Amino acid sequence: MEQHTHTSSEVTYHHEPAEGTKRIWKTFWLLLGITLVELALGFLMYLTHGSLGTGIVLFLKGVIVILSLAKAFYIVSIFMHLGDELRNMIMTIVVPLTLFIWFIGAFLWDGNSYRSKRNRYNPTTEQFAPTPSIEKRDSGIVPRL
Amino acid sequence: MWYFLMSDAFTFGAFLISYGTIRFSQNYWPNPNEVFNAFPGAGHANLPLAFVSLMTFILIMSSVTMVLAVHEGHHMNKKGVMKWLFWTIVGGFAFLACQAWEWTHLITGEHAVLANGKIELLGTTVTQNPWGTRLDATQASQALLNTPHDILVKLAGGHHHEMGHEQLAAMNDAQLRNMIDLTETHVTTAGPVAFGGYFFGITGFHGFHVFSGVCINIIMLIMTSNNVFEKRGHYLMIEKAGLYWHFVDLVWVFVFLCFYLI
Repeated sequence: MEQHTHTSSEVTYHHEPAEGTKRIWKTFWLLLGITLVELALGFLMYLTHGSLGTGIVLFLKGVIVILSLAKAFYIVSIFMHLGDELRNMIMTIVVPLTLFIWFIGAFLWDGNSYRSKRNRYNPTTEQFAPTPSIEKRDSGIVPRL
Repeated sequence: MWYFLMSDAFTFGAFLISYGTIRFSQNYWPNPNEVFNAFPGAGHANLPLAFVSLMTFILIMSSVTMVLAVHEGHHMNKKGVMKWLFWTIVGGFAFLACQAWEWTHLITGEHAVLANGKIELLGTTVTQNPWGTRLDATQASQALLNTPHDILVKLAGGHHHEMGHEQLAAMNDAQLRNMIDLTETHVTTAGPVAFGGYFFGITGFHGFHVFSGVCINIIMLIMTSNNVFEKRGHYLMIEKAGLYWHFVDLVWVFVFLCFYLI
């Protein structure tokens, strides 16, 4: 307690980004670079419009998603200084966010299953057409975006 | 602040995931490169993603100025804090202005859409979506036969800027139909209605966060200039406002991803 030189009890932990503004600008250029790569991939998908296979398009979209997650990591850890916080504090924030893994997976799966069921539904007979063969079901999972 | 931001992340996450669920449940979804291809002052030039890139750049830039303000706060430099906070506020307003333009452009921009066998001119709103699949030439000319006079006048006016509205309105329907170039006017079917609701709902909620962030930053600027933090001995409040502002930028990363890129 004697070590407390600050006037406010709010100050319990020092977070000093010691190196100065160099790290901030480095992060800025990094974020800008990632955004430009994302845009380049977006344009690539636009220009090749439809001539690329669904697998490649899905792969490019996956790359863009991963790049966005990298951007999120840099914003949170450098700009928001979360990387400089106490480890336990970081864990109380990050661990609940892992719920998103289930959240995203479950709900996209749900939407996709709704689509394939509706496409097989016959309103006059109120029956579902039989599940397509394995090959067709594979292509059915790929959403038409 | 961190725990508030975490809860807010779940709110935005739930919105975006619900958007994803609906999008996955549709057989067709509009291509963002075709919807978002306009730039202020560029007329009808096809510039996919250009404007939203500018918006993204503005927001990243304002995040940098905010982190610089926090940095100056650590060094108890009142002047530096005020300078960078000011630029952050400018960035926030610039972003909001861009969004206002984008919304206006989407809502008022009319597109030829096939509805009930005839062509209608629709903007993008929460109840209608003109971004469906494109009709082929025979379908489009068939729809043109059932299209009422006033819409034919507007469509023909799109090609013939040299002719006044009265001049076009005086012509009969057959003449007007001949003037409409169907290779230039893209007639589409109506797209999924949910598109507008999700787009305006989520970007609107994000825009509301930007607006409240700007308000918080303005309050911080006034408090700084009144020496509140100088007397308190630390600039921790600036740091908290900064956390909120970076969060707004963080959410934009994902809104940008979900609506414009993929």
